[in-house]
Amino acid sequence: MRLPEQPNEQIDRTRPVRFFFRGRTVEGFEGDTIGSALFASGQRVLSRSFKYHRRRGLLCGSGGCANCMMRVDGVPNVRVCVEPVREGAQVEAQNVLGSLEYDLLAAVDHFGGPFTPVGFYYRTMIRPRSMWPVYEKVLRNIAGLGRLDKHAGRARRFDTEHRRAEVLVIGGGRSGREAARSAAAAGRQVVLVDERGFPAGESDDFEVLAPARAIGIYEGGLVPVDAGSVLYRFRAERIVVATGALEQPLVFPGNDLVGVYLPEAVRRLVDEWSLKPGERAVIVSADDRGLALADQLQRAGTNVVESIDLRSAPPRQLAAHGHRGRLSGVVVDGRELVCDMLVMSGGRQPAYSLLAQAGARIEFDAGRGIFVPSDLPPNVEAVGSVAGEVEPAAVPAASYNGADEVGRCFVCVCEDVTEKDMKRAIAEGFDSIELAKRYTTVTMGPCQGRLCHVPSIRMFAREHETDEATIGTTTARPPWAPVSLGLLAGRGHEPAKRTSIHHRHEEAGATMMWTGFWRRAHSYEHAGNEALNVHRTVGVIDVSTLGKLLVQGPDAARFLELLYPNRFGDMKIGRIRYGVLGTDAGRIMDDGTIARLGEDKYYVTTTSTGADTVIEWFEWWNAVWGLDVETINLTGSLAAVNVAGPRSRELLGRLADFDTSNEGISYLDAKEVFVAGVPCLILRIGFVGELGYELHFSSPYGEYMWDTLLEYGADLGIRPFGLEPQRILRLEKMHILVGQDTDSESNVLEAGMPWIAKLDKDDFVGKWALEHVQERGFREQLVGFEMTDGVVPVEGGQIVLGGESAGRVTSARLSPQLGRAIGMAWVRPELAHEGAEIEIRVNGGAASARVRLKPFFDPEGERLRS
Amino acid sequence: MSFLLSCPNCGPRDVNEFACAGEVTSRPQATPDMRGLTDYVYFRRNAAGVQREWWYHRFGCELWFLADRDTRTNEVLKTELPQASAETPAAQ
Repeated sequence: MRLPEQPNEQIDRTRPVRFFFRGRTVEGFEGDTIGSALFASGQRVLSRSFKYHRRRGLLCGSGGCANCMMRVDGVPNVRVCVEPVREGAQVEAQNVLGSLEYDLLAAVDHFGGPFTPVGFYYRTMIRPRSMWPVYEKVLRNIAGLGRLDKHAGRARRFDTEHRRAEVLVIGGGRSGREAARSAAAAGRQVVLVDERGFPAGESDDFEVLAPARAIGIYEGGLVPVDAGSVLYRFRAERIVVATGALEQPLVFPGNDLVGVYLPEAVRRLVDEWSLKPGERAVIVSADDRGLALADQLQRAGTNVVESIDLRSAPPRQLAAHGHRGRLSGVVVDGRELVCDMLVMSGGRQPAYSLLAQAGARIEFDAGRGIFVPSDLPPNVEAVGSVAGEVEPAAVPAASYNGADEVGRCFVCVCEDVTEKDMKRAIAEGFDSIELAKRYTTVTMGPCQGRLCHVPSIRMFAREHETDEATIGTTTARPPWAPVSLGLLAGRGHEPAKRTSIHHRHEEAGATMMWTGFWRRAHSYEHAGNEALNVHRTVGVIDVSTLGKLLVQGPDAARFLELLYPNRFGDMKIGRIRYGVLGTDAGRIMDDGTIARLGEDKYYVTTTSTGADTVIEWFEWWNAVWGLDVETINLTGSLAAVNVAGPRSRELLGRLADFDTSNEGISYLDAKEVFVAGVPCLILRIGFVGELGYELHFSSPYGEYMWDTLLEYGADLGIRPFGLEPQRILRLEKMHILVGQDTDSESNVLEAGMPWIAKLDKDDFVGKWALEHVQERGFREQLVGFEMTDGVVPVEGGQIVLGGESAGRVTSARLSPQLGRAIGMAWVRPELAHEGAEIEIRVNGGAASARVRLKPFFDPEGERLRS
Repeated sequence: MSFLLSCPNCGPRDVNEFACAGEVTSRPQATPDMRGLTDYVYFRRNAAGVQREWWYHRFGCELWFLADRDTRTNEVLKTELPQASAETPAAQ
């Protein structure tokens, strides 16, 4: 099958490689591509086309078009003409129902009818409306190329790498390599990206990434490079584009038949893979490249029937015909030439796409019939053919579709767009090439216009009786080369933050849940029982997720008083105050406790999910104020647990080095002490409504502290409790959750916390907005409610008054301690009084409830202070 | 967006490392009237042209700084540390 050894052959005949195609073994050699090995085995048809399911074979032979796309080892749309052979690969045809030879969907080509014209789905398939679901199902099955392997999700791993280069050369041809060499010789750090995969030469002093493809030039000179399983995001000081030129096809009836090649495919078949491309060849060429193949073909044993030079003797008519999708002859001006291969060459077009993406202007050179780039942006350079250094070719006629309708005449083989489709679009009024492109999808297929861009513009110009310069080009957009979605998506990341006590929760069988990036224990066994246990004995919860900031410096008090509506300067050292952070719009953004640890030192806690926002907020304002204060984020370095319940003091007494009596540490006291031998900041606060202590200590002690508390509290009835029981407990106390009970309209006044806002302060963030709220009066208020019949309404449920909406539920839970369904809601001000009767929409009906303004549990806070 | 932004601390870095907090606003010096307050809190010039903006190097040195950026081209004319001034964080 192979020719005798060729001077430049790329195959190693001593190293056979076997792979599978349709249940049989195909043998190639090291250096073959899957496409060339299939060709050697006699397989000429490699795919079925996008719309008409016509047989297609090798066309460009250089990885540019869609003709050889197959499924290899489950990966769809692999261009087998450039995919190296590998042992044991499974190669399958795609886009066929049946086989490559007998594809049932080819009926579309034979019968045509309403399915064939461009845009048929906009017109044909919209009526009757009720049939659309059926149409859609059918179309979904037929449309698209290739099929995804549903189980391949984790089969391959993709990564992204950020890289820099002083000079990035795109394209490893002669000019690209010269540019790389000279830049390297000048001492620059050079990276060359080459899609063919030739390694760096011995003497080359630069890095070569191959096979790899630059898929675009983005803003800021960002060049993503597809290197298979790694996406390199290159930033280069200088980008040298050496993408060469693209061989252009000719447009004539039957130009998509198997056996019609561009010159490069034939050159590679003979030169690199030592294959005889056919028995009888016709060459139709507008430049020397095509004609030069005649000698080569003769040497390979192919009989060159005729060489037609479009520059000297352009035929008026040219049409190819075939049998079963394969070329069987060409008719030139009425003369029948029997052949099994045809080399067409419409000259070469600079592959300017990357340059256009970078911002270059693209102009038509009428003399040479090509588009050339000009006005390159700074730091971008074009060398070689892409800059326009291509030998002049004759400008081929836009098409050779004469009076006779001999066969389909393809402008775009990827998308099966024919000359007739283009003309039809023009007749329908698509007079701009950009719109016609979208309507016909010409240039929108896998080749991204490599083969169809120039022919379509040329056709468009002729139909409009104008020139190519007037028509102009369509906008070049990434990706320039096809790229797999996996590569763009990168590795699947699911970042999670875990506290230093995390493993203890898992060992205890806790149900874990997400709160922001944090993983937290929802509950251990039963949320209601865990809540009850806090009321009866003692419970412990991991609150390491709280944001923890140290604010210190001579201006610390002033800084916090400007940020918060509260006052902090009058606090005694060792005391704690609840603070609500607001914006200048008056909106509540976060809440937490502020403990004064020293004259110039405050310890601030934030909500678990608000920590990052709060620290950014603090630093933003101080970037403006320039106060003598620093904010240190201790969130990750400190662990924290809340020990709460009537017996928590007794437990603490067993482990503390200090007086744990109510006088020794009273409600809202903060002290730096030792607990179980660990230095702790202890905050006596009561988020869950019982006597309780928050211990903040160095993170590595997390598990030790947790274990010690459970061990020393065992006889007291200690049990860990999760986030859900904590939510029940805080609701019993009407303690708000920012983001749950508040939204972008909520302010501290209407949220029922007027004592927070010290409006007599000179200034603080949000003061003016709060003053305005006070002046205009309340529009709604945050209140508690309890259901009269025990049903728990949904959060977000509507509150109804006289058939109209009068508010909404923000939180609702069943309290096992109270034996009632309780909640919080925003209501109209006239309903915000103790005992007001309201109705809440539940399951389509209405359930009655009563408004409560004081905490449901321990309204006077006696248990907190005891 | 894929342009480079020059952090006054770290030099040119990928824009994805930063958070843009929008155009600078000017916080009133004294208690504003209703119009003045809503102008400050909600209204933005949204210029098609050079705009002075707040940026935060979130995935870097965590510095707040100011940048003059052309919103049409993403060309950043200069970046600098804020001076104690009337340019204040966005109020919303």
